[in-house]
Amino acid sequence: MIKNITRKFSSCQLTENQVTDETVYLKRRQVLKQLGFAGASALLANNAQADWFSKEEVTPFTTQLLSAKNTITTDDILTPEAKVISHNNFYEFGTSKNDPIENAQQFKVNPWQLTISGEVDKPITLDYDDLYKAFPLEERIYRLRCVEAWSMVVPWIGFPLADLIKKAQPNSKAKYVAFETLYDPEQMPGQSSRRIGGGIDYPYLEGLRIDEAMNPLTLLSVGLYGKTLPAQNGAPIRLVVPWKYGFKSIKSIVAIKLMEKMPPTTWNILAPREYGFYANVNPQVDHPRWSQASERRITSGGLFARNRIETLPFNGYGEEVAHLYKNMDLRKNY
Amino acid sequence: MSAKVNNNRIVFSLKVAIHVISLFLLSNLYFQAVSDNLGADPVEAVLHFTGIGAFNLLILSLIISPLAQHFKWAFLLKIRRLLGLYSFTYALCHLLSFLAFEVQFDWSLFISEIIERPYITVGMLAVVILLLLTITSLSLIKKKMGRNWQQLHNWVYLALCLVALHFYWSVKSEIIEPSIYIAISLLLIYLRKNKITRWFK
Repeated sequence: MIKNITRKFSSCQLTENQVTDETVYLKRRQVLKQLGFAGASALLANNAQADWFSKEEVTPFTTQLLSAKNTITTDDILTPEAKVISHNNFYEFGTSKNDPIENAQQFKVNPWQLTISGEVDKPITLDYDDLYKAFPLEERIYRLRCVEAWSMVVPWIGFPLADLIKKAQPNSKAKYVAFETLYDPEQMPGQSSRRIGGGIDYPYLEGLRIDEAMNPLTLLSVGLYGKTLPAQNGAPIRLVVPWKYGFKSIKSIVAIKLMEKMPPTTWNILAPREYGFYANVNPQVDHPRWSQASERRITSGGLFARNRIETLPFNGYGEEVAHLYKNMDLRKNY
Repeated sequence: MSAKVNNNRIVFSLKVAIHVISLFLLSNLYFQAVSDNLGADPVEAVLHFTGIGAFNLLILSLIISPLAQHFKWAFLLKIRRLLGLYSFTYALCHLLSFLAFEVQFDWSLFISEIIERPYITVGMLAVVILLLLTITSLSLIKKKMGRNWQQLHNWVYLALCLVALHFYWSVKSEIIEPSIYIAISLLLIYLRKNKITRWFK
């Protein structure tokens, strides 16, 4: 079966990079399957059955090289690319961490349209090519802290959200920024099936306060590891807010809207006691069901990797962003 | 004569199969996890697999009695204990993996998580029950306990409920799979309703 898959992939034209990643990933996937009995969901999952029985050729999602000048770096060890692209919370493509890389391969990102509208004087629409050309691209290495208490270090490529918002000329009523992920149940199995999609309502919505959105750290990312974004990481364009829990960093964005009122956000709607609007990384405020005081940093290394580290306030970006919240009770505004 | 010999053979083969499958899956899991072949986060993979494995084995052990009763396959009862023991083994691996690989021997975090997080508290209680059942499963102890043994082992249904709750409370939003497990658990309890109502009389 491994042979089979290798053949499947070698028949397509790919860069060496991609082939390595996919085969490493698929080998792991294979091992997981060989382990045999998964849960009841595996018995039900028709896409899992398709893995076993279908002979359909799947054209893998392709990424292109992207050059950008590095502007922000860190001493932290990078999470290997193979892990960054195979461990994703993107429920539109399934709730297991390794579902998105499997289910998003045929995701179509070109053509794409991203609109910036609402309380702005000059609404903007960016097409697929504009995403890479409208603003100078930078490479920034950021820590990414998931609300589930694991973290990664990722070399993103993108441009500051502030650049885009400024260009649209927000008016005085623009107090918040709302973001929306593509809604396309035909391409995103999680949106057509509550079982695959984890029972959340789509499209996925996120939001920031305008000063958070304009902070220089807030990035719209179009790539990682020197290439355009893989589908499972939120291609073609996603938000990266490094001082907030990962669920704020919404993927595959089609709409950005400046608003006067605080917009609704997906996880907050689903479980307001567990996920707030702000969702700043905060070791002092636990998730009701687990501690946020420390995290497991995912790098290379297997089961014995000693990777539990202390979680820092604002994920270590306090110097840049703490002033945004100086008169706020962050226990209430979690 | 031949029927009995046959049944003994079936029991023997089933026991061999339970040993081989359970041990192979468990050792393969840890081997792959140590060599970083279980996806990006081997810790999550190990915790999920041992947890679901323990639950599956517990369900299998509890489906034996209704099956044996319905089909008059008394010999099946001979594999019930082994399934229960492996359920405990998987549950213990689940707990120890949480301690060793998730919280990485941060004992104060380990203890505060058990106390403060309801889903971990109920999971821990289930492991304690399974531990008691495992210790008292020795024939010698069973004989000494007399009638008390059955009373203690009825607690397995409480453990089943706690495990189902542990799973349901542990997920973020994907409640369908744990709901299926809750339904299976309730069905198992329903199948033993005559026995269970007798305890309360």
